[in-house]
Amino acid sequence: MAVLRARTRPALTRLRPRALALALVALLAALVFALVADSGGLGWQRVLAEIVAQLTGGTSPLSEREAAIVWELRLPRVLLAGLVGAALAGAGAAFQGVFRNPLADPYLLGAAAGAGMAATVVVVFAPAVTGWLIGPLPLAAFAGALGGVGLSWLLGRSAGGSGTATLLLAGVAVTAFLTAIQTFVQQLNTDTIKQVYTWTLGGLNVTGWHDVWIALPYIALAAIVLCACARLLDVLTLGDAEAASLGIRPGLVRLVLLAAASLATAAAVAVSGLIGFVGIVVPHIVRLLAGASYRVIMPLALIGGAVFLILADFVARTVLPGELPLGVVTAFAGAPFFAVVLRTNKERAA
Amino acid sequence: MIRVPRRARLLALLPPLLALALTGCADREAAAPAAPSATASEFPVELRPENAPAVTIGERPERIVSLSPSTTETLFAVGAGEQVVAVDSASTYPEQAPKTSLSGLNVDPEAIASHNPDLVIVESDLDGKLAGSLAKTGITTLVLPAPATLDAAYGQFELVGKATGHPEQGADLARRTKEEIGKLVADVPKPSEPLSYYHELDPTLYSATSATFIGQVYSQFGLTNIADQGDPNALGGYPQLSAERILQADPDLIFLADSQCCGQNAQTVAERPGWSTLSAVKQGRVVAIDDSIASRWSPRLVELASAVADAVTGR
Repeated sequence: MAVLRARTRPALTRLRPRALALALVALLAALVFALVADSGGLGWQRVLAEIVAQLTGGTSPLSEREAAIVWELRLPRVLLAGLVGAALAGAGAAFQGVFRNPLADPYLLGAAAGAGMAATVVVVFAPAVTGWLIGPLPLAAFAGALGGVGLSWLLGRSAGGSGTATLLLAGVAVTAFLTAIQTFVQQLNTDTIKQVYTWTLGGLNVTGWHDVWIALPYIALAAIVLCACARLLDVLTLGDAEAASLGIRPGLVRLVLLAAASLATAAAVAVSGLIGFVGIVVPHIVRLLAGASYRVIMPLALIGGAVFLILADFVARTVLPGELPLGVVTAFAGAPFFAVVLRTNKERAA
Repeated sequence: MIRVPRRARLLALLPPLLALALTGCADREAAAPAAPSATASEFPVELRPENAPAVTIGERPERIVSLSPSTTETLFAVGAGEQVVAVDSASTYPEQAPKTSLSGLNVDPEAIASHNPDLVIVESDLDGKLAGSLAKTGITTLVLPAPATLDAAYGQFELVGKATGHPEQGADLARRTKEEIGKLVADVPKPSEPLSYYHELDPTLYSATSATFIGQVYSQFGLTNIADQGDPNALGGYPQLSAERILQADPDLIFLADSQCCGQNAQTVAERPGWSTLSAVKQGRVVAIDDSIASRWSPRLVELASAVADAVTGR
């Protein structure tokens, strides 16, 4: 309930430099930790020595193959985990603000269902292609995610103007419809179930620099737009009438925010599959720890999401002899942590 | 689970029991069906597949539906091809197999029964539900699950022969396959240092450990599996690896069982980030194998063993 109360009466504060610095230090620490630590293959001292050697031009203890592990596999994977985490958490914060609903997440308007349907169709029908600049699966997932949200938006607008309740219901309908198509296509081609299942659970185990360059422009653009619109999001929480009296067009603000958030989500889904829970839990943790203003939440959610997913992916690739789906880690680690933060916050408020 | 076969067995017992009732002579031994002889294609025949319910087949089946791609291959190899009226959509070999839209994963008793079969062969039947439905229309269901060992696979060849009235061919096929694979293994010189290998199931790096059926084929050649990582039974034998672990393990040989499904080959593997540093890639020891051969327990296991032998000897 603390969340809800905080949301209806936001404390309009600015982001304190100390909080931002703390978040950036945490991000840097997570990056270095995930790059250096492993389950015993290379040894963290040798990886550190390799990094130092690269920076200073000295000699490295790693072989060519081991160096490729660090620079061609691990570094892009860690960076991509950060990008995807930032995208999902930032988008989640935007969705929660736009819908004024603490349960909103980036997949609310059919992004996941659209991406899932498009991915399934590609896995089932598209021939195995190689050598494309962007593979057919990420391309389809990206287009599907944007298509799903676009469909919800069109349906919501044609049904009831710029209100959020209609849009929410349109999202429910579109999600159900696209999921039905996905399941239908899947049932006709049960031999591809494992491929689709693997994609659905999300993961970064076959990541290269290529994926980082694909996702970076969209996520960076979306992050800038979301941070720039954070103040407008704060105004929106006062209600549409209040916002309009301040000279803001609520419908337009919502459209821009949802478009930016969906762009980030689509880019994340395209390179990592469906990773749940980041978009819903990270903004709430930030809100509980740092304040309810979106000028605070948005930048910290972007950074916090990156930290959270970098660490989750580290667990996903080291805890088992094989890979653990990233979606499993985010929910398993995120849910209890969220519960603790929720409890602590309640005690502090009481 | 054994409801149906038991009923089928009871039905098979009916004639001798009736005979007993007519003559009034109680003889327990006579009530048991005679052990099927390997020399004559005598029916009824009682079959006891591994990890599946026992089944008695009363007469030589003339209309067989196979929902198992592996068994479809075996049926044709033992000479029962002419008795096969329909196979499932995944049964891609041999070419003359009467492929239909039937699914082996998502079975539909009504669609199966519409082919008017007398014997249906499936890979799995949860709780005997399919067998139960088909038994109501007088159709016998034979479940032949994926074998755990090569010997169990040979045993299935024999069993398929018996079930279809080709016991000699079945036994012969089992013996021949075993001999040919044995010869391939014997002809490959064992390197002083055992070679390691990575068997790829799909481009997201799912693999199979040495504890799996496919893994045993490689083990015959003395290869060590990089997916084992101490415990071949971890993660059900089919772990998803990370590219990082594969690079760390640096396998001597790479086998791609995703060449058909996903268009993978030596070139696409070399283009993956970091993979060009692998010894197997540098030395050209990346072998694309037919996905279907690598995932079935059919007489074509010889082809798989032959591909592995070629890779090990560097031919």
